[in-house]
Amino acid sequence: MSGASFVEARRRVESKDRSRRDKRMPVERAAELVRDGDHIAIGGCLYSRTPWVTLRELLRQRRRDLTLSRNLLCYEGELFMVAGAARGIVTSWAGIGLPWGLSRIVREFVESGRVHFDEWSHLALGLRYRAAAMGIPFLPTLSMLGSDLLARAGARTMICPFTGERLCLVPALFPDVALLHVHRADPFGNAQIDGYPHMDADLAVAAATVIVSAEEIVDPEDLRRHADRTIIPFFAVDAVIEAPYGAYPHECYGLYEADLAHIDAYARGVASGGADAVHRYLDDYVYGPETFDAYLERFGLSRLLERRRAAQELSR
Amino acid sequence: MTYTVSELLAVSASRLLEDRRIVFAGVGTPLLASVLAQTTHAPNLTIVLEGGVIGPEMAPGRLPISTNEMRAARRGMLLPSITQIFLYAQRGFYDYGFLGGAQVDPYGNVNTSFIGPPDRPRVRLPGSGGACDIISHCREILIVTTHERRRFVERVDFVTSPGHLDGPGGRRRAGLLFGRVTKVVTNLALMSFDPATERMRLDALQPGVGLDDVRDHTGFELPATGDVPHLPPPGERDLAILRTLDPERTFLG
Repeated sequence: MSGASFVEARRRVESKDRSRRDKRMPVERAAELVRDGDHIAIGGCLYSRTPWVTLRELLRQRRRDLTLSRNLLCYEGELFMVAGAARGIVTSWAGIGLPWGLSRIVREFVESGRVHFDEWSHLALGLRYRAAAMGIPFLPTLSMLGSDLLARAGARTMICPFTGERLCLVPALFPDVALLHVHRADPFGNAQIDGYPHMDADLAVAAATVIVSAEEIVDPEDLRRHADRTIIPFFAVDAVIEAPYGAYPHECYGLYEADLAHIDAYARGVASGGADAVHRYLDDYVYGPETFDAYLERFGLSRLLERRRAAQELSR
Repeated sequence: MTYTVSELLAVSASRLLEDRRIVFAGVGTPLLASVLAQTTHAPNLTIVLEGGVIGPEMAPGRLPISTNEMRAARRGMLLPSITQIFLYAQRGFYDYGFLGGAQVDPYGNVNTSFIGPPDRPRVRLPGSGGACDIISHCREILIVTTHERRRFVERVDFVTSPGHLDGPGGRRRAGLLFGRVTKVVTNLALMSFDPATERMRLDALQPGVGLDDVRDHTGFELPATGDVPHLPPPGERDLAILRTLDPERTFLG
């Protein structure tokens, strides 16, 4: 992202159709809004509210040369690397989760130079999205000062003109597309999230194009009654996909817990089989099932219901 | 009484947490230590987790694997965005922060990014996550890790998270005005930093550990003054609490 990009990013917002209209569409059509070479920002965090329904479709449509950014990147990054869909990642952390150790795939692809890993501190990445959401070119922070991340990531320092103190400046990150999975949205794209907000509200207004998948599409009247809970405005949103279990096998707060047994099986498979295991996973869960419903059937109804009961128990 | 390395680390770290403070904890040992402290001597300790929760209460047997899953938010008081959780840190609200690391140097600088040269790394590690932010903003930083020679190195290959940098005045020169690494807890020892040099020094040994054991497992000189005392072993109650929290021993080893 160049220094002038905030001007261009503003023009992109001005020129898009921001009207209040019905934006519901099937995931197949929504995914066509993404072009080869785009920077895709992924909502949620690690294995929470991962927009699997849309990610899966991008892989099925064989997008190429994508850059993926996410606060903490889970194994969706591995799938895009092995599928040849990603050329770079922008994140503060890439792996699967604490018990599974280092990611063999991230190691292979990054160490060999096939994928560029652009590392920022967690707050610094959050502020990059925030700066973009504010429509400004950078934000100052006290994070990353003194670290080797600062220079390597391409952050800058300046002396504060008011206090004389040194500050780290992080450049705005304007994604081409943001993929967000939410609890409920109306057909216009107004959206609500239960539980952790993560960074989704900033992503929604930082990106040029926003694809929202929702557990439930609701009447706009329902959202008006609880307007204080709506954190994504319709004018930022370009596509609305109805997708119950759209984050599965990752969790959707209050609705279903992550399928940790599935994640564990994936992680063990990759630990022993490397990229071959990821190819098999892609065949089984991405290229094989033609629809998202068919994909969910791979997991089985009893598993989906059991994960829902587990979430309800926790919410009590 | 027998206990695992993780149990020892959790108990030792928990004893450093005072009541009525606010601790920025990660999953695993830091969370176990914080909950143990709440259950024993620090009932009013408030836990903050990176995924975006303030004041959660953990359910025994259902500890989170990641700080951003709903288990971690159980009975939380606030669920701010991740950016906001860290901005509270930058504003100065958090007393303690926990860090681990693949490499730690005598100044408490931590590397979780690369082993070997960053442009041709031998190992690409997962990265900072919130570690760089935690060490930059929390008032007191506790490094908790296993004690190995390859981990405790004279110079880290990459400073992901700045400790005392190159010694006195280092943080100030970099623009880091607040917070500092105060303690290092390992399965062999408890260490702090000499105010004059800001280098690590030995404060106490874990039960049954000798001075030579520590020095054999440390890749830099580790000074100590006088007789180095031993830390008390984990108590039966401490271990019982930990084992109730993590009955499947996901984190206790």
